Amino acid sequence: MKTIEAIQEEIVEEFSLFDDWMQRYEYMIDLGKSLPLIAEEYKTDNHIIKGCQSKVWVHAQLEQDKLNFTADSDAIITKGIIAILIRAFSNQHPKDILAANTTFIDEIGLKEHLSPTRANGLVSMIKQIKMYAVAFQTQLN
Amino acid sequence: MFDVNQLRKDFPILSREVNGQPLVYLDNAATSQTPKQVVEVISDYYYRYNANIHRGVHKLSQEATDAYENARATIQKHFNAAYPHEIIFTAGTTESINCIASGYASILKKGDELLISALEHHSNIVPWQMLCEKTEALLRVIPMTHEGTLDMEAFDGLLNSNTKLVFVNHVSNALGTINPIQEIIEKAHTKGAKVLIDGAQASPHIKADVQALNVDYYVTSAHKLCGPTGVGMLYGKTELLQTLPPYQGGGEMIATVTFEKTIYADLPHKFEAGTPNISGGIAFGAALDYMNGIGFDTIAGYEAELLTYATSALEKIEGLKIYGEATEKTAVISFNVGSIHPYDIGSILDQMGIAVRTGHHCAQPIMDFYKIPGTVRVSFSFYNTFEEIDRLEAGIRKAVAMLQ
Repeated sequence: MKTIEAIQEEIVEEFSLFDDWMQRYEYMIDLGKSLPLIAEEYKTDNHIIKGCQSKVWVHAQLEQDKLNFTADSDAIITKGIIAILIRAFSNQHPKDILAANTTFIDEIGLKEHLSPTRANGLVSMIKQIKMYAVAFQTQLN
Repeated sequence: MFDVNQLRKDFPILSREVNGQPLVYLDNAATSQTPKQVVEVISDYYYRYNANIHRGVHKLSQEATDAYENARATIQKHFNAAYPHEIIFTAGTTESINCIASGYASILKKGDELLISALEHHSNIVPWQMLCEKTEALLRVIPMTHEGTLDMEAFDGLLNSNTKLVFVNHVSNALGTINPIQEIIEKAHTKGAKVLIDGAQASPHIKADVQALNVDYYVTSAHKLCGPTGVGMLYGKTELLQTLPPYQGGGEMIATVTFEKTIYADLPHKFEAGTPNISGGIAFGAALDYMNGIGFDTIAGYEAELLTYATSALEKIEGLKIYGEATEKTAVISFNVGSIHPYDIGSILDQMGIAVRTGHHCAQPIMDFYKIPGTVRVSFSFYNTFEEIDRLEAGIRKAVAMLQ
């Protein structure tokens, strides 16, 4: 199993291949299409992440001691962003998720999505992923 | 002679680059850009005569007081208020509305009715909801039509002798619809109701004459019309402002203070507690001078051309739907393309240096009416160009190609 850090390095490397924003966005849009989709039954207000301009639903499930995420959004670019996050954090132990940093987001040129404003929900998404990790870590203890 | 390229030189920000491309600023309904002439007024204040107003005996204080009161007179003249004291400086439209709402808390009683329009910005909804909770007055809503105009027949039906206040925006921020405020004011007055018009979206495009309109309260923000943020105005008829209780207590707003009783100051000071945004007030006046220098008729004429050009360019894009098709509207286009989320289009446009607004535009009830999560909104100013609209059109086409 790859560590979160290794996966993040992989993502940064992939994004470094693009020399303009269009390719980066096209890649993100593609990634959005490969997002492990949340089951319809979980697409409820309980699973909506607040602070995003588009709707984002995230669900987490513990399989043995690994946390798996599924998600969806009504905006394609947001779907791409959440797909990147899920790729980095899914199938990991909650305590590793909690310990992981997220500076790789800056390195792949998504910094403009990081500003902690109402419109940009990336911070809220990361927070939600970490909250799930906290909740399941307590369960494991 | 109107020369847009000459005028653009007054706005240094318009020549900057965003994401490596020349900025195309089409979010003017959120805030307008500030010309050098207005910025210089602010720096001149701080460099030459920064002082507190209305109380100093010294020269700087007198100069600052004169400049501030001259700005009030400029605003009075612009909106054709009968007296300068009918212009109250506030922090902006939202504070102006809250000032009136708070004043009516002690006037309204159970059974009274308030009418707001379905086209309102949240800032003209929430304060009245709070007021109704306090007073048990009833908030009723004038519905909108599919074209994005007010249903005036429904308005006639809703208006009755219990109606105490009517609130409508002059222009809808989300759709650009110009509302028939003259008719609304006249009809409301026949039932004895007072009318507050939110002029935030209208002021950059339309010179409102408060006496000709016979409006009771008219509010706006300076930053929508080339002025700075954090300052705005509340116009109110003298006899109404005199009977309203003050909004905030503090310095400036008093005549005499003893521990037993405070006598409030006369208008406008009764509503201007504390040290105001002095440079902002002076710059508000300068912004109106700047825009009047160009002329509101000239501005409206040019913006109408921009709107026609942009509407026909955008309508040619397959799947693009424009929301708000009133015949009377300002230079605003709210749209979606197919089922693409507005946020996606806005993000891609931003990469191309094109600034637009996406989302519900603080007017969720309108989005709920159309059953959409939001729109992409482009809003024009007199400093926008036809070339910028060409870049917008190309940008939308590119975004749609990427997203579909």
